[in-house]
Amino acid sequence: MSSDQDHLKETDTEARFEFKKEENSAVRSGKGLTEEVIRMISEDKDEPDWMLERRLRALEQYHNMPMPSDWPGMPDLSELDVEEIIPYIRPDVDKREGVDDWTELPDEIQDTFDKLGIPEAEKNALSGVGAQYESEVVYQNMQEQWEEKGVIFCNMDEAVREHPELVKEHFMTTCVPPSDNKFAALHGAVWSGGSFVYVPEDVTVEMPVQAYFRMNSEGMGQFEHTLIIAEEGSEVHYIEGCSAPKYGTHNLHSGGVEVFVGEDAHVQYSTVQNWSKNTFNLNTKRAICEENGTMEWVSGSMGSKVTMLYPCTILKGRGSTDTHITIALAGEGQDIDTGAKVYHNAPETSSTIESKSISKDGGRTNYRGLVHIADGAENASTAVECDALMFDNESTSDTMPYMEIEESKVDVAHEATVGKIGDEDIFYLQSRGLDDDDAKKMIVAGFIEPITEELPIEYAVELNRLIELEMEGSLG
Amino acid sequence: MARLELSNLHAEVAEGDEQILEGVDLEVQSGEIHALMGPNGSGKSTTAKVIAGHPAYEVTEGEVLLHLEDDEFGEDIEIDEDQRTWNLLDLEPNERAALGIFLGFQYPAEIEGVTMTNFLRTALNAKIEEREELFEDEDDEDEAEEDDEGFENSPMEGPADEGEVGVAEFQGILQEKMEQLEMDEKFAQRYLNAGFSGGEKKQNEVLQAAILEPSVAVLDEIDSGLDIDRLQDVSEGINALRDEQGTGILQITHYQRILDYVEPDHVHVMLDGQIAKSGGPELAEKLEDKGYDWVREDVYGTA
Repeated sequence: MSSDQDHLKETDTEARFEFKKEENSAVRSGKGLTEEVIRMISEDKDEPDWMLERRLRALEQYHNMPMPSDWPGMPDLSELDVEEIIPYIRPDVDKREGVDDWTELPDEIQDTFDKLGIPEAEKNALSGVGAQYESEVVYQNMQEQWEEKGVIFCNMDEAVREHPELVKEHFMTTCVPPSDNKFAALHGAVWSGGSFVYVPEDVTVEMPVQAYFRMNSEGMGQFEHTLIIAEEGSEVHYIEGCSAPKYGTHNLHSGGVEVFVGEDAHVQYSTVQNWSKNTFNLNTKRAICEENGTMEWVSGSMGSKVTMLYPCTILKGRGSTDTHITIALAGEGQDIDTGAKVYHNAPETSSTIESKSISKDGGRTNYRGLVHIADGAENASTAVECDALMFDNESTSDTMPYMEIEESKVDVAHEATVGKIGDEDIFYLQSRGLDDDDAKKMIVAGFIEPITEELPIEYAVELNRLIELEMEGSLG
Repeated sequence: MARLELSNLHAEVAEGDEQILEGVDLEVQSGEIHALMGPNGSGKSTTAKVIAGHPAYEVTEGEVLLHLEDDEFGEDIEIDEDQRTWNLLDLEPNERAALGIFLGFQYPAEIEGVTMTNFLRTALNAKIEEREELFEDEDDEDEAEEDDEGFENSPMEGPADEGEVGVAEFQGILQEKMEQLEMDEKFAQRYLNAGFSGGEKKQNEVLQAAILEPSVAVLDEIDSGLDIDRLQDVSEGINALRDEQGTGILQITHYQRILDYVEPDHVHVMLDGQIAKSGGPELAEKLEDKGYDWVREDVYGTA
């Protein structure tokens, strides 16, 4: 790889995602995790006491739990120093709950989201948009027709104030309790921003709602919380995107996502993750599915230094269904450790997991998955397929699919392939006129095609662009 | 008119020092059909791959030149006098393709997830673009830069407005060429060679040549694995390349059979990394009767 190509790659990604803005904050916490910091965050948000208490309890749990260290093939977290992270930065905007007109935002924030294409997407293909900058949601809007049907789409802080009963019942209780893992506990203590989505019975939100999470400042942590409640027979598609400028020090993103899929409800949760390569991205995402409910996770992980993300579905009700589609791409210095978890806790439940991962320039991808079929989950079925493609001998790809089957009347299918991109394949395409880069791009596009063809078109387009961008000039 | 000229070509396997080509001399002109025959391991396939630029071989001596005329690529591209002869060994495989070299593979690669339509249109546009770059006047270099405007139709079809040949126009071209080769139109949406039978793959190689319109096509055992009906289809396709596009053909084969359908102007016999004997069509018939030992005896005086 030549140095001028390096430069080109930088400028490209920088122009698209990694541009920096001067920090213009109203409130900025100190570094690290102390009770003082937590109280300060809660006070700045003017939160009810019950939420402060939950935060403090989570903080205690965080301090009592060890860093995970015994996972086989676990990414290296030694460079992550949580005590050096600034957990809370409130940008200087006038309206706390977010404006509903982009032009009311400060210029640098408005320009940020313009560059990321969010207002444009809102006009064309979305029912609603929430945009978070640093620790707070600065823009929130939904088409009136959904509001009239009782759909709620607001930022999480507002939900704490406006919908306390729903939040009290569902926020980090049965789905993702802080005790789940160290980073869930961390999240419970310092969470800020994120989305609250409530879809009443039998309402189908036809176009997706989107949230975009942007970190701008160096050394900060972003901990947004997303809570989705889809009542019986309802349907919603939630898309989240994320990015940040690249800095020399590390940023931390540790989001929490909880999804409640009611009877016969259908929720799709799609993520395009493009964090800068200095970000540790350690999330906990989980859904609980009632009878005949359907949960679909679509996750594209292109960015970050380290990602550890295993969206989980608990198939609690009879006949409920889960689908996971995961695409991971790891380049130089990246370790993308991602996969899926499914618990079949009821009869007639089914799950499908498809994972495609690509590693290049010394990057590492790992598929880490768990399918658990509980005793009594008769006629449960699961199909897991994970494919990995490596570009060179320096890159790594691992597959760790765990299965825990306690029931005998089940249908289990598992396939895994690992391959290196073939020199003969590249030569064949080159001999037809494609240069080396384009030949590789075409092979990668073909590799993920079975997945992209199942995705909503606007998501597939964005994903393809990102993959092209990631591969631009970096191959050789 | 184009002329491919191999002179004193020596090549070895890049990782190792096994010499395979020991001084090949060969010329193929547009509009000519050459058959290259010879026993297994004599260097026929290596010759083909070296012409196309396969990275597994290293040329140790000799030249591969391509001579073009000023109107080789039509009126749009005027070829200056100093740009009419190209040393292919200095060029990347895709640059050679842009200059009109085509290699029909003995074992074509299978590329999952990439439709024939997407692949061929991308290849055609890449070839046109590369050609413009190769022949570009240095003055107007900047104009060639074009922004990627993104996808307007399915991302798997590629951007609709990108490249010289748009999706709709290309579908027309593809359909016409497929009809000529009596290929099922379903091929257009199938993944490139994935799950194709041996015969379908070979037919596909000829289809690709028909679309990319090379000056010289090197076809490596295009007749292996073909039943008689498909042999005829493929042969007609090859003849059409010569008759309609003026492509020069270098056909590597083990068998006389295809030469009954694609009549060669010249036949060459390769032995031990060299062209041992050249002649007209009658040479192929004689080989069919007498085998390669006869050539060996004739040339070296030993069997």
